[in-house]
Amino acid sequence: MECDFDRLVVDDVSRHFGRRRALTRVSLTCGAGTILGLLGPNGAGKSTLLAILSTLLAPTSGQVRYGTFDARSAGPGLRGRLGLLGHDLYLYPELTARENLEFFARLYGLRHPRERVGRALAHAGLADRADDAVSGFSRGMRQRLALERALLHGPRLLLLDEPFTGLDDASGHALVSRLRGLRDEGAIVIAATHDLDLAEGLLDDVAILRDGRLLAVPRASGPLRERYRETLLAAAPAAAAPAAREEPAR
Amino acid sequence: MTRIFVPLVLIAMVLFASAPLVVANAPVEQTMGLVQKIFYYHVPSAMLLFVSAFVCGIASAVFLFRRSAAADRVALAAGELVVLFGLIVLVTGPIWARKAWGVWWEWDARLTSSLLLWMIFVAYLMVRRFGGPGSEKLAGAMALFGMANVPFVYVSVNYWRTLHPKTSVVMTLAPGMRGAFWFCVAAFAILYLLLLTLRKRLEDQQAMVEQLYLAVEE
Amino acid sequence: MKQFLRVAWVVMRKDLTVEMRSREIVYTTVFFAASCVLVFAFALVREGRPLEDASAGILWIAIAFAGTLALGRTFERERHTETLRALMLAPSDRPAIYVGKLLGVLVLMAIVEAVLVPMVGLLFHAPVLARPLWLAALLAAGTLGFASVGTLFAAMLVRARSRDVLLPVLLYPITIPVIIAGVRGTAAIFQATPDEPMARFWAALLVFFDVVFVTLSLWTFEPLMTE
Repeated sequence: MECDFDRLVVDDVSRHFGRRRALTRVSLTCGAGTILGLLGPNGAGKSTLLAILSTLLAPTSGQVRYGTFDARSAGPGLRGRLGLLGHDLYLYPELTARENLEFFARLYGLRHPRERVGRALAHAGLADRADDAVSGFSRGMRQRLALERALLHGPRLLLLDEPFTGLDDASGHALVSRLRGLRDEGAIVIAATHDLDLAEGLLDDVAILRDGRLLAVPRASGPLRERYRETLLAAAPAAAAPAAREEPAR
Repeated sequence: MTRIFVPLVLIAMVLFASAPLVVANAPVEQTMGLVQKIFYYHVPSAMLLFVSAFVCGIASAVFLFRRSAAADRVALAAGELVVLFGLIVLVTGPIWARKAWGVWWEWDARLTSSLLLWMIFVAYLMVRRFGGPGSEKLAGAMALFGMANVPFVYVSVNYWRTLHPKTSVVMTLAPGMRGAFWFCVAAFAILYLLLLTLRKRLEDQQAMVEQLYLAVEE
Repeated sequence: MKQFLRVAWVVMRKDLTVEMRSREIVYTTVFFAASCVLVFAFALVREGRPLEDASAGILWIAIAFAGTLALGRTFERERHTETLRALMLAPSDRPAIYVGKLLGVLVLMAIVEAVLVPMVGLLFHAPVLARPLWLAALLAAGTLGFASVGTLFAAMLVRARSRDVLLPVLLYPITIPVIIAGVRGTAAIFQATPDEPMARFWAALLVFFDVVFVTLSLWTFEPLMTE
């Protein structure tokens, strides 16, 4: 079953692990052909949100809708339209770059796996290292390979967790232009990142998370770094005494 | 549940207060003597061991397939009671064996089956305790598989044992003992129901406290 | 259905390719199984003659121990770079992934058994060739029962704390019927006059166990693997 969609709606999603709240009432919307940046300090809940969007993690409350589908009713078909580049790269170190990609191509049941894998290897700039085991690769090379792995099946929704980790300048810029290309083809790209310099100019929209909450981002233009800092500063007092401030409001 | 709770407690108290008299008044068995009185504790506990294993298994299945947190709390309560009643069975069983066969442990088919079932649910509690976050599901699978395992354990242990000379003493209840026996079964069943609801309530309240913590943070 | 089998096949082939590269699991588990047999030999051999029935017991204990080791290592590999999550993201029915992993484990255990059986035959004078088909049937059915439960538990334990200890803690109580049936069935055909009806009874019990627990595993894999 093919489950294509052109809109992602996150509606009032919370997730807690026991007593720890990882995400609190997050809502956002994302249309086809946009790149959304997910910013925030460590432990803000970025990875949890990406895991929920990838359907690997179920929200405690609230729901995520992929067009007209949701994760529980459209499981396998929907997963075929999602690509996830996690912080752990999902590569088998004992296998070569080509074997890794071919395994996932066959797992996804793609047609012409060899051609697709060849193109992906060229994109990653690894055509000449294709038959070397991944265990010998540098972090940057693995990162590039892992990105191609996530893109192999041409997903509609691409979820990236720190995609710039370990990339040198040239590869970083190559990734930026690759993501732009995907956006122009109509993909929804959601990237959690700390690299504000590279993200500058790439992102169409920004969501800033802290302590599992979405902070209001001023619409004002200006450098991304400035906006990020102002948002965090503006929200600082609320974070100091959240209970006292928010309780009467409800 | 709360409305019938108090009457149940009262009934249980009356039953357990009079149980020693009923058991004492039952006729003394010829060969076993006084040790036969263990029967009135041992057998009801063994029955509840199996009942509780099925309660835990079914509640775990509901938890896994319906994602019902309440069912998981029932499963936990039942799992702990399997271990509790299993302990009674495994302590009283060897005392019986000592008198009947002269040794503490005879690999009697029924006692061995109980031991294996008991081990499954000890493992169930261990996963819950040491498995870290998210281990309820793993424990749920253990309970479900443990329940499905009951017939296999029973058949395999029975056949394994019958390869050797049979030494079991088949108990046929004398009419005078029957009343006392079913009296004890009823008392234990009510006790089981009480413990199950109490333990479930404790878990419910703990879950509520967690909810409140989360709400305060929000 | 075709897609289900394809995914299972692809996952199994990947596991075996990885294993062919490192040969880690095969070498370590075969060695471990062999040392188990030796350890038991010192406990159960008197005056150069093994105790009656000892060989069947030793064979199955070594299989269970080595199987636990193989299961743990197989899933440790999927945990290393979180590839299990990538498998869960595949657009197929999740039980297909389970079947693929199960097949991989079965191949590994078959290799271990191929070494163990002759070893037990040699060292404990067990007549392993007396009823080869019955022995193969018992081994196949018993291994499937053990591995089907083990694969499910090991897959779930990937996310748990203290997973190394918990795998045997969970697996052995559940698979005791497999061990009893395997040992008694094998002992029946290792006797001076092989007892075929007895072997048939235990083999039937094992097949029944396989049917119930493979079905249960396929049925629970999806809800268990969604966090």
